[in-house]
Amino acid sequence: MDWDYFFELTLGGLTRGSIYAMIALGYTMVYGIIELINFAHGEIYMIGAFTGLLVAGVLGVYGFPALAILVIAAVVAVIYCSAYGYTMEKIAYKPLRNAGRLSPLISAIGMSLFLQNYVILAQTSDFLPFPALIPEFEFLDPIAHIFGSSDFVIVVGSALCMAALTLFIKYTKMGKAMRATAQNRKMAMLLGIDADRIISITFIIGSSLAALGGLLIASHVGQINFMIGFLAGVKAFTAAVLGGIGSIPGAVLGGLFLGLAESFATGYISSDYEDVFAFTLLVVFLIFRPSGIMGKAPVEKV
Amino acid sequence: MQELTKSLKVSLWFMFLTFPLMVVRVNTIEHTVEWRWMNMVYMAVGSFALSFVWRWALRRKEMAKAAPERPRNAFTERLGSDKRFTVSVYGGLFALFALMPWIVSTYQTNIFISFMLYVILGLGLNIIVGVAGLLFLGHAAFYGIGAYTYALLNHYYGIGFWTALPIGGVVAALAGVVLAFPVLRLRGDYLAIVTLGFGEIVRLVLENWSDLTGGPSGVSNISRPDLFGHHLSVAGANTYVYYIVLVMAIVTIIAVQRLKDSRIGRALQALREDEIACQAMGIDRVNVKLMAFGLGTAWAGFAGVIFAAKTTFINPASFTFFESAIILSIVVLGGMGSNLGVILGSAFLVLMPEYLRAFSEYRMILFAMAMVLMMIFRPQGLIAPKGRKYIINDPDLAATEGGKA
Amino acid sequence: MATVLNVQNLSKNFGGLRALNEVDMRIDSGEIVALIGPNGAGKTTFFNCITSIYTPTEGEVRFTPKSGTESRINGMKPNLVTGLGMSRTFQNIRLFKNMTVLENVMIARHCRTKGGILGALLRTPAIRKEEQEIVDRSYELLKYIGLHRYYNDLACNLPYGEQRRLEIARALATEPSLLLLDEPAAGMNPQETASLKQLVLRIRDELDMAILLIEHDMSMVMSLSERIYVMEYGCMIAHGTPDEISKDPRVIKAYLGEDHA
Repeated sequence: MDWDYFFELTLGGLTRGSIYAMIALGYTMVYGIIELINFAHGEIYMIGAFTGLLVAGVLGVYGFPALAILVIAAVVAVIYCSAYGYTMEKIAYKPLRNAGRLSPLISAIGMSLFLQNYVILAQTSDFLPFPALIPEFEFLDPIAHIFGSSDFVIVVGSALCMAALTLFIKYTKMGKAMRATAQNRKMAMLLGIDADRIISITFIIGSSLAALGGLLIASHVGQINFMIGFLAGVKAFTAAVLGGIGSIPGAVLGGLFLGLAESFATGYISSDYEDVFAFTLLVVFLIFRPSGIMGKAPVEKV
Repeated sequence: MQELTKSLKVSLWFMFLTFPLMVVRVNTIEHTVEWRWMNMVYMAVGSFALSFVWRWALRRKEMAKAAPERPRNAFTERLGSDKRFTVSVYGGLFALFALMPWIVSTYQTNIFISFMLYVILGLGLNIIVGVAGLLFLGHAAFYGIGAYTYALLNHYYGIGFWTALPIGGVVAALAGVVLAFPVLRLRGDYLAIVTLGFGEIVRLVLENWSDLTGGPSGVSNISRPDLFGHHLSVAGANTYVYYIVLVMAIVTIIAVQRLKDSRIGRALQALREDEIACQAMGIDRVNVKLMAFGLGTAWAGFAGVIFAAKTTFINPASFTFFESAIILSIVVLGGMGSNLGVILGSAFLVLMPEYLRAFSEYRMILFAMAMVLMMIFRPQGLIAPKGRKYIINDPDLAATEGGKA
Repeated sequence: MATVLNVQNLSKNFGGLRALNEVDMRIDSGEIVALIGPNGAGKTTFFNCITSIYTPTEGEVRFTPKSGTESRINGMKPNLVTGLGMSRTFQNIRLFKNMTVLENVMIARHCRTKGGILGALLRTPAIRKEEQEIVDRSYELLKYIGLHRYYNDLACNLPYGEQRRLEIARALATEPSLLLLDEPAAGMNPQETASLKQLVLRIRDELDMAILLIEHDMSMVMSLSERIYVMEYGCMIAHGTPDEISKDPRVIKAYLGEDHA
């Protein structure tokens, strides 16, 4: 067995998986609270990448150092994506809070198409090159051919984000309120929790994570266009389903699992069908184990 | 005054929100930055004005909730009940469409072909989404299955259009039933995602199975339909395809209407309303769901065969999720469950951008916006599905209703 | 008298929770039987098990249709059970809300009619005749129940009490030999309850069917039913005539607590 190749695939899968996990968290949190597949979440990720590109472009012209650009771009992307996530919820989902299941989902699809076309009109429908913002780390030199510094930043960065999120949800008052709202929104409201605010915050947190994911992956891959959100979105949603939608550790596990599975499948089987693996996993899981790897199946009350 | 400050805040918020994407444009190769400040001004004015409309519309919606009875659309109302009116409207439309290729240019004939293809696609999807209430996001894949059925049969075996048309429909319907089997237990949003995934799998397979399908470059030189064994010129074939589509569209309209009003159609609607009650009332849920998918996707298959015959060249890029989303938006905008609505929806989507050129660039963004707005303010679509009229044999009832009138 | 429904040792587990524990029940044709018990005793679960909406964990449910021989129906698809002649209403009303009152009843004629896809497309004379028969039969039933004035209204616009009656009409349209009513009087005022009582009696006498009802309104249960079954914590704790049940110490204990026993 070619161990070098195996490690390369493992590390590559880890990088992919971390990004999937970051986006999956947004899906899972929103689903946990309002039971909506936020179709437009992938577009938030795409907008994060675009915002990052614009900031980097402007600062690049004025000659800022790469690391400063990375930090500023990340901050701006997070701010903007949060704002987009917040506004999107207020416009497209809040008025449909009591409208059944189909309406918000269609609204979400509309929102997703809207944001894609907005970016086409405001920017371009072509691929844009994305500058490499992540500096080379010397200590990674020996393994740089299989695990570069951008991989390193992605894996470490997303791990930190997820750890922070877990602590936030577990130990802060706001986190407790979020968990309560997810369990039973009506009851939480009766107990004085402002559910609308919790929902907004959920969207903001999910969008910030997507923004970071978008920025990091764009810098890693080197080009972006308006369509990147769709594929990333579906894959991240797959990750959320694998881990059991609504569960935060599940989303992380699902993301890593999907990343590794994809990496090995493309490495050992065929790279032509790269995206088919993800879709097949999604379909198979939804059909045979819709509650995910760890979840329990709910019983419908008659 | 309060209204003004509110709108001002909204306007400022949207200026902030759209600032980077709308104003800044960078060229990362030449390292130049372009600032488009005018866009910000448009945005500010636009959002300021729209925020008034938005709040007004929300208030109206609240008011409508208090008094739910809304006046029915007089035109559609008359269309069903007033027989002479109905016949003259439909007759006039039919005459207009029958003469169309002789009035307008080939280019415009093509637009009308594509309009009617969307009508067929939309009506098929309407059975699944509108009548049976199953959110289906993979319709384009079945369109593709129909198109590829004809393209490949023609390419490898030289099979003609008229033989392939029923085969394409049947293959798509079977594929729909095959997809339906595993997703029977899924509800609402999960079903949507699985059908999306399935649609993408179909497209990716078409794209990657190069030996059979020609990969991303697709299949070319597909035969146009023959007229009783005669080959037609390109323009002649185009007119011929126009009439085929016209007949097919009319057949679809009648067939879908009849299905909707039948025992099967009622079972589909019951399935949409309540699955458990549906079973408890003696309806086989599995059967009905399979029927919904099969009946819906068959039309996509027919449309696909015609599409392949019209363009003589197809590739997987025509059958993406984007296409499914367009068909879905036709159904949603037109009115879920309403056939007339679907026809209007297709007209808006295909004909408007052609005849209002300025509008074409913004077509998709307006459609996307309309999808969101429709869900919020008019979930039943442009034209709400019309209830069927039943003949009741009850002299007492006739007496009381006569007394009322 | 012929047995319509025969349930033996019926149990249902949800995970580790035993919702029904070895329940027995027998219903004869033409009987009105009541199933009572405190909230959460497992009455609705029992309904769901015998109508096959849930699959029982253990036990036997045997049903004798009007024309045929006894057959074991647990695990059968719910629509087939309805086809055999067992029909029900729901405690939390499950009408087809956005369809008209008439259509709600028409749907229930599904299992007694045959028109398929081809028939619908071609609209043959036979199919048209069947359609009109469905309409006529459904309207007749509405008239029987007294809802015919509303036939063209949406089901969701009916008053609450009328919605419950519509559920009964819908269940009747499947031509059952055993009708299961799950809290038919819940949320009704005394007047409505009284007329419901009349309706149940009329259905039994005129349409010749056995009726099993879950009900909390004791005056209705006592005056209507010939026999009563009592459940508590998933077990059948008593069964007998209304007189016997009203004196049974276990039943009093279950309802009123230890002190009154």
